[in-house]
Amino acid sequence: MENRSLVSIADHTREKIEYLIQMAQEFERRPNRHLLEGKVVATLFFEPSTRTRLSFETAANRLGARVIGFADPKVTSGTKGETLKDTIMMVSNYADVIVMRHYLEGAARYASEVAPVPIVNAGDGANQHPSQTMLDLYSMYKTQGTLDNLNIYLVGDLKYGRTVHSMLTAMRHFSPTFHFIAPEELAMPETYKKYCRDHGIKYVEHTEFDADVIAGADILYMTRVQKERFTDLMEYERVKDRYLLKLDMLAKAKPTMKILHPLPRVNEIEYSIDDDPHAYYFEQARNGLYARQALICDALGITLEDVKNDKTIIL
Amino acid sequence: MKKKELLVAAIENGTVIDHIPSDRLFDVVRLLKIESMTSAVTVGYNLKSQDLGLKSIIKIADKYFTDEELNQLAVVCPNLTLCIIRDYDIVEKHTVHLPEELIGIVKCSNPKCITNNEPMRTRFRSVGSQLVCHYCNHTEDLKNVKLVQEEN
Ligand SMILES: [Zn+2]
Repeated sequence: MENRSLVSIADHTREKIEYLIQMAQEFERRPNRHLLEGKVVATLFFEPSTRTRLSFETAANRLGARVIGFADPKVTSGTKGETLKDTIMMVSNYADVIVMRHYLEGAARYASEVAPVPIVNAGDGANQHPSQTMLDLYSMYKTQGTLDNLNIYLVGDLKYGRTVHSMLTAMRHFSPTFHFIAPEELAMPETYKKYCRDHGIKYVEHTEFDADVIAGADILYMTRVQKERFTDLMEYERVKDRYLLKLDMLAKAKPTMKILHPLPRVNEIEYSIDDDPHAYYFEQARNGLYARQALICDALGITLEDVKNDKTIIL
Repeated sequence: MKKKELLVAAIENGTVIDHIPSDRLFDVVRLLKIESMTSAVTVGYNLKSQDLGLKSIIKIADKYFTDEELNQLAVVCPNLTLCIIRDYDIVEKHTVHLPEELIGIVKCSNPKCITNNEPMRTRFRSVGSQLVCHYCNHTEDLKNVKLVQEEN
């Protein structure tokens, strides 16, 4: 049987990404359906993540599926020493698709190799978080009308931020120009810069973050700068405000420029920006619902054609 | 064979594995499962070598390995030479080539990798002089890879 699991966005071609974006668009138009009636979706969160879980569960519920699972690994067998494989095999008896979040890297890939039902990776440690990448791509597509030739400015923690790393790999099909803006200690690692060079992805590095730098951006992608990432706390105190986005820094921004953030934010974006037309992070989070509806359906073998011809729409 | 290499007794038939860096000798022994063999095995440890400093050599009587068994040795010693001996003569000389995929051989150095937390086999693909973990995408430098400990 063909493995319909989604483990990493890097596994997808340009065509597949565009296809999933189209499917997300269909769901955005009509999010409430009985399309998944009779299906059971399991959400297994071996590591708690309320946002991601609520988004996936809402996606399944709005399509009429039933949802089983756990939100907190402390109440499940994982802590009794049961292997991941055993848990996955057990749940496969009950569910048609398994959405899983795990603190171990590679857990989703392994689960997809042993499970008889498709796996949707909802984050595996610092490794992959493809549904976040998918909603980021959908948000960029929606706001810019295309994914091709965009100027994407990545700001903050580019060393540990897995969302920015996944974005590099996913965008390799769309000839983007990336701008990396980060404190030295959290700069984009050499491996990813090499990845860009090997795949013909243009990039520019900045340490300054001001209105002049932002002026060229189509997408300003902010990430959290976390204190615990710094070995030198003095360094953290020195740089933390330098990568804070303030309203006056948007003075020269393109009118179509949008600010994205995977949320939750700590203090990367001044609250006064929330009402500015460039702010897009709350809509971005809502796009996650449609993107995840598409990912669940794709894992279940439901095609874009099926979604377009769906007679179960609830008006 | 040159005279000085005869520090270790010659064999009539079998395989000679030469140019093993001495610190990798026991990895080679483990990978070829030599400790469970019944044929005569001669090991030369810490012999002087011009290019390696101290090298080791293993001679295994009446035993020929498959390419697959031998190529996995490239993980720990890429410059290994192998001689197939028949009737005291070298009838074939081989070098080893790193396989594209290594299953159950190399340990992932990422403690948060699923392979270090679940009873399962590791899997790496080779990219230049690096190995990439199929599961966590961690890269290992060929120079300092660690092997998985014997299972069972
Ligand atoms: Zn690994």
